[in-house]
Amino acid sequence: MFDRLSFPQPWLSWVLFLTWQILSDGVSGGSVVLGLILAWLIPQLTHGFWPERPGFVKPWRMPAYILRVLKDIVVASFSVAWLILSPRSPRPAFISYPLKLEHPLAISILASTISLTPGTVSADISDDNKTLLIHALDATSDQEVIDAIHNSYEKPLMEMFQ
Amino acid sequence: MSLFAEYAISALLLFGGGFTLVGAIGLARLPDFYTRLHGPTKATTVGVGAIMFSSVIYFSSVDQGIDFSEVLITVFLFMTAPVSANMLAKAAMHIGVETVKDTEGGPWHQ
Repeated sequence: MFDRLSFPQPWLSWVLFLTWQILSDGVSGGSVVLGLILAWLIPQLTHGFWPERPGFVKPWRMPAYILRVLKDIVVASFSVAWLILSPRSPRPAFISYPLKLEHPLAISILASTISLTPGTVSADISDDNKTLLIHALDATSDQEVIDAIHNSYEKPLMEMFQ
Repeated sequence: MSLFAEYAISALLLFGGGFTLVGAIGLARLPDFYTRLHGPTKATTVGVGAIMFSSVIYFSSVDQGIDFSEVLITVFLFMTAPVSANMLAKAAMHIGVETVKDTEGGPWHQ
């Protein structure tokens, strides 16, 4: 019976609560009450869609990861903008990226990061969740792209989740 | 509104607008479907980010206090842009869209 009153996913509840406070016009009694109701109701309703609880092992590493991704987005945007405006044609490539991450949430964070950073889009994942297909806009060599992604994104995620 | 805020807002708007323009040029100039995917997804990340910051500065200097609700636009965009890019790429591979000739490697068939 008390299952119904609990917060099955504390992280999701926190995010929903904070999002509601930012969306509403200033923090007030009403927004806190409604935020609490939403933070309780939405995880209860969507419980069935999460096959396993996402296990954040070291969540305090997340802000550093987000800052690094934001920095990379800005830096790489300039190179893509330059490439679009320069007369030479790009050298696109499909790259099979061997995944070392195993947690589904970690893989989807990595795939989203790859898509957000300019120059690479994650196109598909193999059925056994071991290989990610990446389309690179301008790749000099496959190995270079694979090493860059592994060192700057996959390693921090591995430390976070395993 | 202070003079500094006005300059900062103008600079950020120009910067964001410039990046969005480059993204649109990329959509027109790049050779095939897969490379065109890169143009718009990049423009949104930096272009919208800069325009969002200028909006935060504007509303924070006009009203009292700092207003963060615009930041959520960017957060939601960052969450949805990779998903839509992924679905577009998957759909293109499924119906076998041609790639430009000098593409290295190719999509899978699984």
